[in-house]
Amino acid sequence: MKIFRIFAKQASAPVARERLQVLLAHERASVGNSDLVTLLREEILAVIAKHVQIDRDKVNVKMERGAKVSTLAVDLEIPLDTGAKAA
Amino acid sequence: MGKVIVVTSGKGGVGKTTSSAALGAALALRGDKVVVVDFDVGLRNLDLVMGAERRVVYDLVNVIQGDAKLSQALIRDKRVETLYLLPASQTRDKDNLTEEGVERVIGALRKAFDWVICDSPAGIERGATLAMRHADVAVVVTNPEVSSVRDSDRIIGLLDAKTAKAERGERVEKHLLLTRYDPNRAERGDMLKVDDVLEILSIPLLGIIPESMDVLRASNVGAPVTLADSRSAPAVAYLDAVRRLTGETVPITIPGEKRSLLGKIFGRRAA
Ligand SMILES: Nc1ncnc2c1ncn2[C@@H]1O[C@H](COP(=O)(O)OP(=O)(O)OP(=O)(O)O)[C@@H](O)[C@H]1O
Ligand SMILES: [Mg+2]
Repeated sequence: MKIFRIFAKQASAPVARERLQVLLAHERASVGNSDLVTLLREEILAVIAKHVQIDRDKVNVKMERGAKVSTLAVDLEIPLDTGAKAA
Repeated sequence: MGKVIVVTSGKGGVGKTTSSAALGAALALRGDKVVVVDFDVGLRNLDLVMGAERRVVYDLVNVIQGDAKLSQALIRDKRVETLYLLPASQTRDKDNLTEEGVERVIGALRKAFDWVICDSPAGIERGATLAMRHADVAVVVTNPEVSSVRDSDRIIGLLDAKTAKAERGERVEKHLLLTRYDPNRAERGDMLKVDDVLEILSIPLLGIIPESMDVLRASNVGAPVTLADSRSAPAVAYLDAVRRLTGETVPITIPGEKRSLLGKIFGRRAA
């Protein structure tokens, strides 16, 4: 049967299973703490604002959920002219 | 004291009402006294599926608001004499269900019946949480499909947190009923496997109901599928599920597994 399958589309169920497992692991863990990213964003902003002047709209915090670990990506623009704040 | 079962899912249209009627009728066929309660206030359908739509006078909301006595609202099935229906209101909405009212009605039903089956509305709002509120047992109806499994996971979380049992530190007994299982899609590998769903949700399996025209036919004529044609594949699956629910050990067969074996042989010849 496998041989004939080559020409057919690949089975989609295993993909569905993987996606669900990752998603639910995170949804179960985040009950009662669903706004972790918002919280992190605020605190990261506060720390950075202590040292450089930043535009709040230019700060991007993203969480990518993986099977074993998640990655947190912080992406912010620091304008050249106001690079340093009076320390 | 009877047992209260909630038939629930989170996601809509997965087969809760079909299953409530089928399981209720199957339990009543054993001689147990059964009432099936429609909690889908505003979108009642259980009356249609059970063929009692022309006999509805009073409903759950009338009883809760004191406009009718429980005995006036209960409709006795014409085929199985130990089977009753408590219909939902079609004209009101779920805000008419009060917590105390539901507690009082379920308490009274529990005293008079062996089984009280609550057909939950979809969603996770008031209607659904009130339907599960007093459950001893939950039948989580799930289709082998990603969004249904995700919603079932959510509902399982609510069963462990928001029910009267959970608040007393006890556990609602949970069972998975996999419905609308399509052997052809399973064979092609485009449907979540039974094992996958079980592993993900990790609650015991009560049964697998195949996708079948017999379900549609039964609802067309207004009979629970277990009464319409008790030898059809979905009816047999529901009857087996009821045996498991009452403590018997009945091996689970995955719909179409045998036929798909034959199908493979023919497939090879044709190729
Ligand atoms: N095993 C099955 N095979 C074929 N059709 C089915 C099966 N189970 C349910 N259906 C059909 O799916 C539709 C939805 O079923 P049903 O009303 O029982 O779902 P529900 O979960 O109660 O929906 P809602 O969330 O709207 O209350 C109906 O048309 C029903 O006939
Ligand atoms: Mg329904």
